[in-house]
Amino acid sequence: MPWYLELLRAIAGTILIFSGVAVVAAMFGVLLERKISAWIQSRLGPKHVGPQGLLQTIADTLKLLQKEHIVPRNADPTIFASAVLVVPLAALLDYVVIPFGTAGGGRPLIFRDLNIGVLFFAATSALVVVGILMAGWGSNNKYALLGGLRSASQMVSYEIPMGLALITVAMLAGSLSTVKIVDAQAHWWYVVEQPVAFVIFLIAATAEVNRVPFDLVEAESELVAGYFSEYTGMRFALFQLGEYGEMFAMAAMAVTLFLGGWRGPVLPPVLWFVIKLYALIFVFMWVRWTLPRFRIDQLLGFSWKVLIPVALANLVVTAYVVMIVQR
Amino acid sequence: MTGEAIAFYVLAAITLASGVVVVRSPNIVHSAVALIPAFLGVTGVYILLGAEFVAGIQVLIYAGAITVLILFVIMLTEGGTGLRLRQVNEQETIGAMVAGVIAALLVVGITRTGWHAGMGALPAYTPGAIGQSFLGPNLLVFEGTSIVLLVSLIGAIIIARKEE
Repeated sequence: MPWYLELLRAIAGTILIFSGVAVVAAMFGVLLERKISAWIQSRLGPKHVGPQGLLQTIADTLKLLQKEHIVPRNADPTIFASAVLVVPLAALLDYVVIPFGTAGGGRPLIFRDLNIGVLFFAATSALVVVGILMAGWGSNNKYALLGGLRSASQMVSYEIPMGLALITVAMLAGSLSTVKIVDAQAHWWYVVEQPVAFVIFLIAATAEVNRVPFDLVEAESELVAGYFSEYTGMRFALFQLGEYGEMFAMAAMAVTLFLGGWRGPVLPPVLWFVIKLYALIFVFMWVRWTLPRFRIDQLLGFSWKVLIPVALANLVVTAYVVMIVQR
Repeated sequence: MTGEAIAFYVLAAITLASGVVVVRSPNIVHSAVALIPAFLGVTGVYILLGAEFVAGIQVLIYAGAITVLILFVIMLTEGGTGLRLRQVNEQETIGAMVAGVIAALLVVGITRTGWHAGMGALPAYTPGAIGQSFLGPNLLVFEGTSIVLLVSLIGAIIIARKEE
């Protein structure tokens, strides 16, 4: 294929991921979040716009599109404006390596089956924190800066257990490619073989996407809204898109690595993927609305003193077992 | 011009332009943030060369972790942010001349050398090969590096906990 066609294909793919994530993850995710939180707290939630409040987020997005952009007088204009692009972009890049199902003839539905898929995922999700730090510093606001700094320490700490969980699975499958990892789960899912790595991945993913009980970054009772306190209108919406996009990407990766990806009986593969994805999204929301928030020292201590040793031990034991089985 | 060449020149332009911002910007946070496109440009060159694993590590370690730590340290340092710093002293002209001469020498040297092209095939899948070479022929270097890392880790802890 000539290079300009490749380029066009990449641009079309980007638009497809962007609109897909914007609609499926951010819009529907926000609605789901509000509905589930209402259900957990014995409320009704959004109910008036559209049937059962289904169009509420569309109305909110239209409202945000019309709002004025406000840039604080002492903010750093370049960094303030570019931070908005970094966070959703890093979240969208995650979707390149996620296999959503199979097309006709068993060909996996994936943008690129990179042979470093899992590593690529870890690398792109690590870029989110750069955008958060830029937003926190560029706003020139103490709450935003505190949120950004908390985010940096939190995400650097939780990337390590997450990476160790990823390596464990990659070692079992003998590949970093997400498609090969799903193929390796033909007999049973890795959640059966690696329950510890699954739990570690879910905890680290919750911390990486800054959700309760790890939402120190935007703890509303302490920091207003953390790093995006000063953002208005569509810029605010783009941060929301980045957060929900990242959460859906984490859930999709957990499905791919531990829950057998698109595999399942009777139903079509894409449907299986979506069912598993939303089951995990429900777990994330359930945790968010039922648990209190950690303190920052508890949060960091938990990562360094509990998660990392457990993940390391799990990695060593898995490596040992893999060696014995191979002999 | 092939697509590969265009991609290379675009990546080189991104890397060099952000490199200039890193060394010239009067704002230290701008310098640190400009490191990210520079690292990502180098990542693109790695991908063009077929070294995907190194590219992934480059993003994860340099763009994702090192830059974040640099930004983190700058933001925690009193007086580090919000100041206009001069990055050069009175020797700016001499330094620029030396840098220019070195760049010219490098360009002449690289373009005049007859490079051996097409020596052997690229390995199809690099992470396995890298792991094999770490635990095989380069074991001593690998273990030596890990000792250096361990020593610096312990040193950092000792310096951080001095007051107790």
